[in-house]
Amino acid sequence: MVFRSEEMCLAQLFLQSGSEYDCISELGELGLVEFRDLNPSVSSFQRRFVSEIKRCEEMERILGFLLREIQKAKIAVPQEDESPLAPPPRQVLEIMEQLQRLEMELSEVAKNKDKLQRNLLELTEYTHMLKITRTFIHSRSRVSLILTQPLYEEFPTMETDSATGSTGMQRLGAKLGFVSGLIQRVKVEAFERMLWRVCKGYTILSYTEVDESLADLDTGEISKSFVFLISFWGDQIGHKVQKICDCYHCHLYPHPENDEERADVLDSLRTRIQDLNNVLHRTDDYLRQVLQKAAESAYTWVVQVKKMKAIYHILNLCSFDVTNKCLIAEVWCPVSDLANLRGALEKGSRKGDATVPSFVNRIPSSDTPPTLLRSNKFTTGFQSIVEAYGVGDYREVSPAPYTVITFPFLFAVMFGDLGHGVIMSLFALWMVLTEKNQNKKRSSNEIWMTFFHGRYIILMMGLFSIYTGLIYNDCFSKSLNIFGSGWSVKAMFTNQHNKTVQTNALLTLDPNVSGVFSGPYPFGIDPIWNLAVNRLSFLNSYKMKMSVIVGVIHMSFGVVLSVFNHLHFRQKFSVYLLFLPELLFLICLFGYLVFMILYKWLAFSARNSSQAPSILIHFINMFLEFNLVGLISQTGMQVFLLLIAVMCVPVLLLGKPLYLYWQQRGGKGLRRLNISCTALQFDFADVLLHQAIHTIEFCLGCISNTASYLRLWALSLAHAQLSEVLWAMVMRLGFKVTTEVGVVFLVPVFGLFAMLTVSILLVMEGLSAFLHALRLHWVEFQNKFYHGTGVKFLPFDFSQLPSVFEQDGLL
Amino acid sequence: MPSLLFCGPKMAACGMVISIWGVIMLAMLGIFFSANSAVLIEDVPFTEEDIWEDKQPPQRIYALYRQVGINCFIAAAIYVAVGAISLCQVRLNKRQEYMVT
Repeated sequence: MVFRSEEMCLAQLFLQSGSEYDCISELGELGLVEFRDLNPSVSSFQRRFVSEIKRCEEMERILGFLLREIQKAKIAVPQEDESPLAPPPRQVLEIMEQLQRLEMELSEVAKNKDKLQRNLLELTEYTHMLKITRTFIHSRSRVSLILTQPLYEEFPTMETDSATGSTGMQRLGAKLGFVSGLIQRVKVEAFERMLWRVCKGYTILSYTEVDESLADLDTGEISKSFVFLISFWGDQIGHKVQKICDCYHCHLYPHPENDEERADVLDSLRTRIQDLNNVLHRTDDYLRQVLQKAAESAYTWVVQVKKMKAIYHILNLCSFDVTNKCLIAEVWCPVSDLANLRGALEKGSRKGDATVPSFVNRIPSSDTPPTLLRSNKFTTGFQSIVEAYGVGDYREVSPAPYTVITFPFLFAVMFGDLGHGVIMSLFALWMVLTEKNQNKKRSSNEIWMTFFHGRYIILMMGLFSIYTGLIYNDCFSKSLNIFGSGWSVKAMFTNQHNKTVQTNALLTLDPNVSGVFSGPYPFGIDPIWNLAVNRLSFLNSYKMKMSVIVGVIHMSFGVVLSVFNHLHFRQKFSVYLLFLPELLFLICLFGYLVFMILYKWLAFSARNSSQAPSILIHFINMFLEFNLVGLISQTGMQVFLLLIAVMCVPVLLLGKPLYLYWQQRGGKGLRRLNISCTALQFDFADVLLHQAIHTIEFCLGCISNTASYLRLWALSLAHAQLSEVLWAMVMRLGFKVTTEVGVVFLVPVFGLFAMLTVSILLVMEGLSAFLHALRLHWVEFQNKFYHGTGVKFLPFDFSQLPSVFEQDGLL
Repeated sequence: MPSLLFCGPKMAACGMVISIWGVIMLAMLGIFFSANSAVLIEDVPFTEEDIWEDKQPPQRIYALYRQVGINCFIAAAIYVAVGAISLCQVRLNKRQEYMVT
């Protein structure tokens, strides 16, 4: 964790044409530098290495197809711990060839499999049809069936149905025709109706549902089908029936003439189906084998292609120097890493086959470099919550190191409960101890990942909450009596008659009576307050005053940090014209308030507490009444402080613009500021306007921000009350029955209490306190010194590049 | 023997956490009730007669305290059993996961 961001420099890399790929590969592995785009006006299709990138994208496409097939076959892709290096260009063609071969094989196998499955479906349908139409013909209970075999045509049957007049049929001597097949269930009624309307009753349709649901290969859905059998007479009707069947997408199969033929066809179908199943199994096995083999090297290929594509993308950013036949790249590099950069270039040159090694040249630049703040796994969380507000300007003081302590502290002031703090700390501790496993698992649940990345923040918040829980003496809304209370009830009522004790529901303990109050509790709030009815009056006063004190200290600290910014950016005048008025304004008004609070706590005791003045009235009177009676008295001093604060305002408002104006006019002791400052046109109106806005913001902000810190009191009160309500309304139910039967209530009640505690008090209140503590940092603290308008340093690092396949969930 | 597994890995883990918390918290509550802690007075279900019609005050209140304390200890023991069941479930889940992959 550093005080301010690192010093960066702009450097030029001269990459010789044989070894540029290897040099960039080395730099990508190390993640040292950020490349600048030297060809911003060139479109992505006109860049030098566009064909190589196209090749990489083609490989990515094939890899995507491969991974989807592997995922469909439910094979796991083994991931290695060490990621492979980017392959040299000559290896690329090999990989490309392998991938293309795999793609071809897979698509061929898939096509064959499809064909076989269609075949199988046809045969299965035919089998069903044959079996079911057999039942049609042999069933005698269906009145609508006048299906007689052509054999009996000459003879009238006993079940002559007057519907179609079979006798008429015989007289005309026309032959009965049959059409049989399968149709989808949803179309059956419409089909029947259409047949009736078109053929005007000269056809007879009978149908039954197939037991097995078959898959429709075109749409992939599994639906029920019906086997139907249409008998008709006459050729014209036959054509019409044929056309209608086509229209409804029926699968038609030839109807056998008699039972023997039917039996033969059934047999042959059975053997053919068996064969087909065999072949399908073998195909499946083969496919699986191929995919398994591919899955072993899939991860390596994915990483290699990703790295290759990244390297070519970076090479596209470089410009080509014709005279030296080398590529020039401009990079932002931290000054402390220049030696590593040289080492990486040497290594890359050695791996490649260029005769001349590549080298680095540092160049001066007037652009603002990006901001780099190094952090380890502990400080990354705090760094990211600071950066969520804004990345710091180049070389600006960073608020992150202080946030490590102040943020969990302000959270804990609002959360303060020992029991909840313990649970939160244990949860965070579990996340921290199992972080290696969790990093490997890399879950896709975003909420969980957010909690996991903030595990150190949560751990700190929990530990600080334990501390404030001990101070507030609050553990699941009950106080712990560790040291023995300082109040004694017996001492209050020894000299009283029993009547006072027996007739009053509430008893008052007066600390002025001897023996009642034997001294303050050593650490935290006395546990007797948990039993007191006026507990909230006492705690509210304490917490409000504490919030104001914490707030004023936090804000003063912020103002003090601005000194370092002023000194670093060589604006020493700002220290006298900005920092000093700001600090004086804050201290004279609110510092005095804090002083009054502390003085009242120390100077007044139980004996003369009735004469203690109200701080609030005094503070208001400081602004409203001006008695200059005696400079040494308190009113005199208040007037003095008020005058200083009021005089700070015009200094803050006009000091900086006037000074800069005077300097520009060529005032004595002209200091050479940055070259950029004097080169700029000095706009007095602009500076004055900015300064006016800043002054108003600061002065009004002082008052509103101090009041804003009262949320520390508000949230801690809310948390304590919620905790108490939960105990009183939930847990107390478990204790109501005192016999052993009471356990039957106690066990589930405790489970409910635990779940409500976690969901309401830990998650909801925790998020709320987190948000408010964050707001206090972002607005009230960082407002005083932090600009946050910088750009973050994004080094070219292979491990930071997102993988398309990971996002799709394929890897 | 049918599978003894009846809850998934997440529910078993929740069960374990609540059991451990329950054992510790109920045991401590039991100790505090047995020690007649004043802070817990509101949780003891005493009635008016326990205060006024006590021959030797505050023995009836103390007796109530002891009973609630014993209840807490029994509940803690039950949570030990629940914890053991959850542990079994966690182990069975791990074994099943190992067998599938």
